[in-house]
Amino acid sequence: MAGSSDGNDEVQWCFSQVKGTIDDDIAEADIISTVEFNHSGELLATGDKGGRVVIFQQKPESKNLPQRRGEYNVYSTFQSHEPEFDYLKSLEIEEKINKIRWLPQKNAAHFLLSTNDKTIKLWKISERDKRPEGYNLKEEDGRYRNASSVTSLRVPVFKPMDLMVEASPRRVFANAHTYHINSISVNSDCETYLSADDLRVNLWHWEINDRSFNIVDIKPDNMEDLTEVITAAEFHPNQCNTFVYSSSKGTIRMCDMRTSALCDNHAKLFEEPEDPNNRSFFSEIISSISDVKFSHSGRYIMTRDYLSVKIWDLNMESRPVETYQVHDYFRSKLCSLYENDCIFDKFECCWNGNDSVVMTGSYNNFFRMFDRGYRQDVILEASRDNCKPRSVLKPRKVSSGGKRKKDEISVDSLDFNKKILHTAWHPLDNIIAVATTNNLYIFQDKVN
Amino acid sequence: MEVSAEAKRIMVVALGKLYSSRTQRGGLRLHRSLLLTLVMKSARDIYHEAQVQTESVVNECQQPPPTQQSVTQGTTEASRVDLLGPALLTHENPLMLSVGDKEEEKQERAGAQNKENQCPNGSAQQSRKRRGREAAEPDFLPCKKAKLEQGNCLHQLTVTPVLMDYMKCSSELAAHPSPTMTLHRAVAAC
Repeated sequence: MAGSSDGNDEVQWCFSQVKGTIDDDIAEADIISTVEFNHSGELLATGDKGGRVVIFQQKPESKNLPQRRGEYNVYSTFQSHEPEFDYLKSLEIEEKINKIRWLPQKNAAHFLLSTNDKTIKLWKISERDKRPEGYNLKEEDGRYRNASSVTSLRVPVFKPMDLMVEASPRRVFANAHTYHINSISVNSDCETYLSADDLRVNLWHWEINDRSFNIVDIKPDNMEDLTEVITAAEFHPNQCNTFVYSSSKGTIRMCDMRTSALCDNHAKLFEEPEDPNNRSFFSEIISSISDVKFSHSGRYIMTRDYLSVKIWDLNMESRPVETYQVHDYFRSKLCSLYENDCIFDKFECCWNGNDSVVMTGSYNNFFRMFDRGYRQDVILEASRDNCKPRSVLKPRKVSSGGKRKKDEISVDSLDFNKKILHTAWHPLDNIIAVATTNNLYIFQDKVN
Repeated sequence: MEVSAEAKRIMVVALGKLYSSRTQRGGLRLHRSLLLTLVMKSARDIYHEAQVQTESVVNECQQPPPTQQSVTQGTTEASRVDLLGPALLTHENPLMLSVGDKEEEKQERAGAQNKENQCPNGSAQQSRKRRGREAAEPDFLPCKKAKLEQGNCLHQLTVTPVLMDYMKCSSELAAHPSPTMTLHRAVAAC
């Protein structure tokens, strides 16, 4: 199991890299708001509150040290979104990047979708490492030559130049969402993608940016009757007609686009009855789903609510097949978490490449991994105190009350300002990217 | 008692958060506003239940003439229940936020009392019942007072700047909402 020191098959996680400033004074624009590996894992993209996207590229493995994986270095940085102002509603539109999703790679260039609250953009990231030289009518500095001075013709040739990575916006998908966009998801048909806000889900074609199809609309005729909102949505990884969306009530609806143009009627509804013993003032808040992710196989859905991670089998709607408590020791502290607003934090979750382990973040810069096969879990910490290259991460323990054992941390001393909301797992390898407030940690398994 | 105090505190905090969210960058968040509304409803329901239980216990204990202190406390509690009564959701009246001056609170309380008394003509009898000093101002309500909207409607509500912002939040409101509106409508106006 990831992180534990027992057993032959278990993974030990080591520190690899950390990106970002050490400064204690965190600029709000530097707060990381999304992290995403591309399909090969070679590129790792982050978005921040300042509307910037930073892409890291993994160096190829060294021939001298084939067992050691390449490091991630900055590949491209660009300003994706700028703050805007909606004059009609007198509302400021934040530039914060809510989500980044990579498109499958078709040629040498890379494409990604990035979105803020209102606008989605398609970016092309391409490399230029050679330039043509030897024009007949132009000098090398670009000035035009006098045509009468040309006495012979030559064919321009490509000469190598310093690598330049260019990011250019290819499409802007705007004005389709009245409410705040929380999700984008690329379809496996390689033509369409969906975007979801609080009340609607829209279907787009990559090439068409001036219109979209509305495929889900849960806005009631009378807004007084509003009882739930959409919190996340995702396409099935293999079935291009299927997508799911989660709600603030803790339900997941699976829809089939073949049944009708408007998928207001779900094909499946995944819902677990509430445990009456756990009823409290804050039951509705903590049952709201903050993230939903299909497994790579497409057989399972993982959901994250405030205190737990649940795995659902697509073939069983009545209850999840697995439930993992992320930080149940906070159940008795919900009132404090409500007062300091932490109860509204939206944690994400992710699968590893073969769907055997799931990972999610917590407070105090802790993050948790749950091994589904071995039924084991571990708490690890992303901290500058443990930044020696290839140093093994020591599992953490939290003491919820009573006697605190050695090496245990009391739940009362956990720092709620240090939260890990965004994590990503390399699609093919045991490399994880964990975002603290303004730092990105990269860990990998210990290579013997 | 602890439960009702907790419920009250939660409602106060929710109101404060709803009020402060209007100054957030990016505009009001529908999801967050909805969750706060649900918390307020939960707290209100539990507060109501706790108050009903407290009242029944107080009534049972009132066999001998009560002491002065318990009378004062009972009065205070009853007044506070009275004040909260109109602020809480009834199955007929939507949730009303009584953030306002004494006038509106008197009217709302009168409206609730009339409802309890099953007034046959159904119209609000806006009696100006004198309240005790302890119950002059509910202590959990925000300090900022809203403009009173006049009207005879039983569903009369005050409109706070917070609620006005909800109304302006989205251009997709089907009809221009009246100034008197429910909390749900306020949240849903985003």
